[in-house]
Amino acid sequence: MNTHENRIVLELESRTENVSLARVMVAAFATPADPSVTELSDIKTAVSEAVTNAIIHGYGDNPSNTVRLTLTLSQKLLTVEITDNGIGIPDVPCAREPLFTTLPELERSGLGFTVMESFMDTVDVISTPNVGTTVTLTKTLGEARHGA
Amino acid sequence: MFHIEIQGKVMTISPAPEIDAHSAERLRTSVDAAFEKSSCMHMLFDFAKVTFMDSSGIGMLIGRYKQAEKRGGSLAIANMSEEMNRLYAISGLAKIIKSYATNAEALAALKGGA
Repeated sequence: MNTHENRIVLELESRTENVSLARVMVAAFATPADPSVTELSDIKTAVSEAVTNAIIHGYGDNPSNTVRLTLTLSQKLLTVEITDNGIGIPDVPCAREPLFTTLPELERSGLGFTVMESFMDTVDVISTPNVGTTVTLTKTLGEARHGA
Repeated sequence: MFHIEIQGKVMTISPAPEIDAHSAERLRTSVDAAFEKSSCMHMLFDFAKVTFMDSSGIGMLIGRYKQAEKRGGSLAIANMSEEMNRLYAISGLAKIIKSYATNAEALAALKGGA
């Protein structure tokens, strides 16, 4: 077992008021990797996008469901898995296109995946219609200061 | 939480401290109601007290820009943090909504018809 690895699982009711809690908890979990202020902001923004997608798109803003976050910190590598058991994404490449949204009437900008891709090192999406979606975000932290 | 102030034809909205899907929805409802009652043409979003914003904020801004445009007005933003500036750059929002370093600059631009 890798003694430098830490892992926690969080389950949140699918309410938009829980999005702020999710991003703050992920930021706190990442703190031992000594992230910069910019890296913390990147993580919080990307997690906010993914959890919001799970609630609003996956579950149609129905609060009686669960969003699960699995966080792993291995040395400087942060991995965040965001899973919902919602409607799924029929066409993932299309959903990842900038400005694509299925909910323009709710003023969704369609930038969620673009933001995740810009602020994290990798973004993987596995989705099955009517089964759910898992978005996996990774980022190596503390690089700006230690690698410069 | 937010504060609204009207100066002539400009409604200045000062949200705080975070804008995400939850707070953006409340913000848009309240701002639209206030704008509807007013005779303002323009909106200015002062982000001095905002510590976090995700793409829900971008969607909210585009929606308010459309409201101002219906009255022949415009929308400007001011006092963005470095982090917010990065989101603004990624979003492509600069094509329709200008960002200013200070409220005074944004107000001058709106009143000057920019």
